[in-house]
Amino acid sequence: MKFWRVPLDATEVEVTQGVVHIIEDRCKGCGFCIVYCPRDVLEESPHFNARGYHPPRIKKEGACVNCHYCETICPDLAIYSVEAQTASS
Amino acid sequence: MTKRKNQLTHPLDSLVRTDRIPHIWCPGCGIGTAFSACLIAMKSSGIDLQKTTMVSGIGCSARVPGYTNLDSYHTTHGRAIPFATGMKLGNPELNVVVFSGDGDLFAIGGNHFIHGARRNMDITVICVNNLNYGMTGGQVAATTPSMSKTTTTPMGNPEPPFNLPLLAFASGATYVARWTILHTRELTKSIEEALQRRGFSFIEVLAPCPTGYGRRNRERPLDSLRFYQEKSIVKNDAHPADIILDYQKGITLGTFVNVDRPTFTDIYEKTCRLDPAACM
Repeated sequence: MKFWRVPLDATEVEVTQGVVHIIEDRCKGCGFCIVYCPRDVLEESPHFNARGYHPPRIKKEGACVNCHYCETICPDLAIYSVEAQTASS
Repeated sequence: MTKRKNQLTHPLDSLVRTDRIPHIWCPGCGIGTAFSACLIAMKSSGIDLQKTTMVSGIGCSARVPGYTNLDSYHTTHGRAIPFATGMKLGNPELNVVVFSGDGDLFAIGGNHFIHGARRNMDITVICVNNLNYGMTGGQVAATTPSMSKTTTTPMGNPEPPFNLPLLAFASGATYVARWTILHTRELTKSIEEALQRRGFSFIEVLAPCPTGYGRRNRERPLDSLRFYQEKSIVKNDAHPADIILDYQKGITLGTFVNVDRPTFTDIYEKTCRLDPAACM
């Protein structure tokens, strides 16, 4: 992560890791999650879902910080993230 | 559907009638986001969901209670607030949430809204403002901005729109806020706050309507969200008269009013329920 001034506790704070789950057949392809993901984790996938929309897919594996923004902005309840099971936890 | 590829369960699925999902809202419609913000707020606010009901009138936004896995009521057009009032008076223990659209609450049910706010009924009103009558095909509504095009105003809307927070404040609402669907965190927090407090709480949620309003005004849903991101200012405690929605200059968001006033139930109990000892 890039800082303009490194916070004093930057070494102590543990950034959470998330895993994004996409319920593809609920997606209507609005693209809100792709555009507004703060870590730019998602992209539009080239394949179609059952209803003919392009659901998102994960572009950067491991970049999700489990902020749940995609989960709250998705109008179709089609995406959510859960905390990743890391070795330390 | 017998075969299901995905067995994934969304964290909000316990509050949703999943057999009715996918919902009817168009791709890019903001009502779904307001819906999930409301569900998250209900979950996190810690209110008793067994004693929570949702009421709506007619319209796209008014379909929300139908998708919520709680006791919910889809009433006649514009009559969500009278119905909620009756329910609250019948059983004052209930948390009553009215979730409806701008056309239903402010055009057809405008009169009921002002009287609900005047009496300070202990209900939470969430109004999704998508600037037109979306379900019937994008006609001009009481909230359509001046000069914008709709099915019934192809040359531009000659009327000025309502300023909903000012209307709510002037009628006597004790909690007034406005957010957009892009500000989901603040919106969730605001709904949570409204659910936990007593009194008439009103939250306006700005949402894009790509099919009804956006198509005729060359505004795609992502354009609306970019507009919300670039042109909105958060100004808590601003006077509701100063926050007219001006789509040229910018929009003001925030919690504008948060005051305490005795609710209708409190005053009614004191005034009209005679003390049995005094009647003897």
